[in-house]
Amino acid sequence: MSRQFVFLLPVIVIAAYWGMARYDAWRGRDSASRSFVQRNGLVLSTFLVVAVGFWTLFMVALPYLYMMQESFHPSLWPKDRGGPLDVLTLEHYEFFVYGMQSDTQVTYNFTHGKAFVVTILISLAVTGINFALCYPIAFYLAQVATLQKVRLLMLALILPYWVNEILRAFALRILLASEGILNKVLQYSGLSDAPIDFLAANVGLYMGLSYAYLLIMVFPLYNGIESLDKNQIEAARDLGAPWWRIHKDVVIPFAKPGIASGCTMVFMLSAGSLAAPQFLGGPNTLWFTSIVYDFFFQSFNWARGSAYALILLLACIVFVMIVLRAFKVSLGEITR
Amino acid sequence: MNSRTVLRAMTALYLLIFFGYLFGPLMIMAASAFNSDSYPTAYPIESLTLKWFWVLLTDRDMMLGLKNSVIIGIGVVCVSVPVGLAGSIMMTQIYPRARSLYYLITVSPVLTPGVIIGISTVIFWKDFSELTGTKPYIYNGIILAILGQSSFISAYSMLIIMARLTRFDRAQEEAALDLGASYPQVFWHILLPFLKPALLSAAVIAFLSSFENYNTTTFAILADKTLVTVIAGKVRQGTTPALSALGVIIILITLVGAVAYEYLKRREEAASAQRLREEGGAAAEG
Repeated sequence: MSRQFVFLLPVIVIAAYWGMARYDAWRGRDSASRSFVQRNGLVLSTFLVVAVGFWTLFMVALPYLYMMQESFHPSLWPKDRGGPLDVLTLEHYEFFVYGMQSDTQVTYNFTHGKAFVVTILISLAVTGINFALCYPIAFYLAQVATLQKVRLLMLALILPYWVNEILRAFALRILLASEGILNKVLQYSGLSDAPIDFLAANVGLYMGLSYAYLLIMVFPLYNGIESLDKNQIEAARDLGAPWWRIHKDVVIPFAKPGIASGCTMVFMLSAGSLAAPQFLGGPNTLWFTSIVYDFFFQSFNWARGSAYALILLLACIVFVMIVLRAFKVSLGEITR
Repeated sequence: MNSRTVLRAMTALYLLIFFGYLFGPLMIMAASAFNSDSYPTAYPIESLTLKWFWVLLTDRDMMLGLKNSVIIGIGVVCVSVPVGLAGSIMMTQIYPRARSLYYLITVSPVLTPGVIIGISTVIFWKDFSELTGTKPYIYNGIILAILGQSSFISAYSMLIIMARLTRFDRAQEEAALDLGASYPQVFWHILLPFLKPALLSAAVIAFLSSFENYNTTTFAILADKTLVTVIAGKVRQGTTPALSALGVIIILITLVGAVAYEYLKRREEAASAQRLREEGGAAAEG
């Protein structure tokens, strides 16, 4: 029943808007005098409707809705699907909170709860670190450097990003390994006597995440700061503002959309990251996406995997909303 | 020493640290590709060798993955550039009350973790293809990877094309219409040529994003493999300098591409500056 509803929902929404559009046209409030097909011609209209329709419905809306409803079904063998066992249930969400239930007492699923909290907190920290690392360079590129320098540095920024995420994680692993170059340098210089296990201490994970999404932070910040009129900074300086006040009261308020955009993207990417935790995470660190991955590929429990994916999605939506609210920007401004 | 020199020195130091962080790990990886030690390390150098490049080229999984990655990349370009174009034009024409919902739906894949896009694609298309009896044709790794990746890469292209579309001069369109052109003619002869640079950069970005995608692909690819999932499998099993060799190849290709791009751009700029000067001269004479 719920499966049919997934297909029905977009039809209802489109019909509702269609009805409204007809109603507006009938009331004479529709400013466009020509209809969509008249305007674009038959070939172009068909292309637009088919392309956009396929994308928004079959690639975005329906898969999301379908995953959502799947998470409210029990995990069943194919032969039982649609049968009497296939009822709506909250068992996967209950599992996230309570874990395996025993009859005698109420227990909580600390392992997964902890993984969720750790994922969110580390992602927040990575977002903060990247902002701190990238703000100066973005400001330098946008306001200080000469055009020649900007082009050279931009090129230098983009180059490492053509090497894919996994190879970059691999590069960090070579660097941080206990036989790796960093440990050799530390021991040789006498700063430590035994090799330090950076990966077990999660240094690799933090570095991997921040390293992977450095550029994702630099570009929105650069775009945000670049359009600021240099005269505003000059004026503030002439009026005697110290450098930190220029940033706090002039540059940062101006660059809000860029900051919001960079922070949202970095948070989302690191919370949903799979490569860095898999290849650089310490043995005791459980990342939330790794749990989802295991539900799919080890226990083949797709329904529970969907429920967990949905929980992650919810966390990301909450974060985006908080950022939008805190920076008082609209969704359109941060996706530019 | 005045405050300006201090500021200069601080800036230089900061840039050094920043770019050191950016390039350091890659350089060490590159160095380890030439070291014969079978555990990838840059120091001590056991002896210099090129054997890891040979190991890489004779790896059948890697080559198969590379082939699939290219197929998927081309597929994604073919889907997401037209879809992005349609999406951006639709944005200007859609019923105004539906616009915010439409915008939300089209950009939501950009703000959704790739893992979730991969999962939802697989779950939906498995049942949907079963329901419509098209499972043997649709439900395979390559098609699903194209569908999953295109959902967010189309949004990238749409945003790129929209950025250029906002600079489109409506007066051109009106002039053409006044001169008797139809709307489809305006589309083919005015709008499309105007959008050409944006379409090209959307295509390049679509291919690259597809080629190096891991999070969505690892779910959507099912039993097949792409270059990135093969690499991931190798990193999971342990480390081998063959991966460093791959990194070196990618860095070299990128460097050549970047230098060529820079060269072309400079030449183009010089040519346009030259043209401008000539026009200026002609105007002064006339």
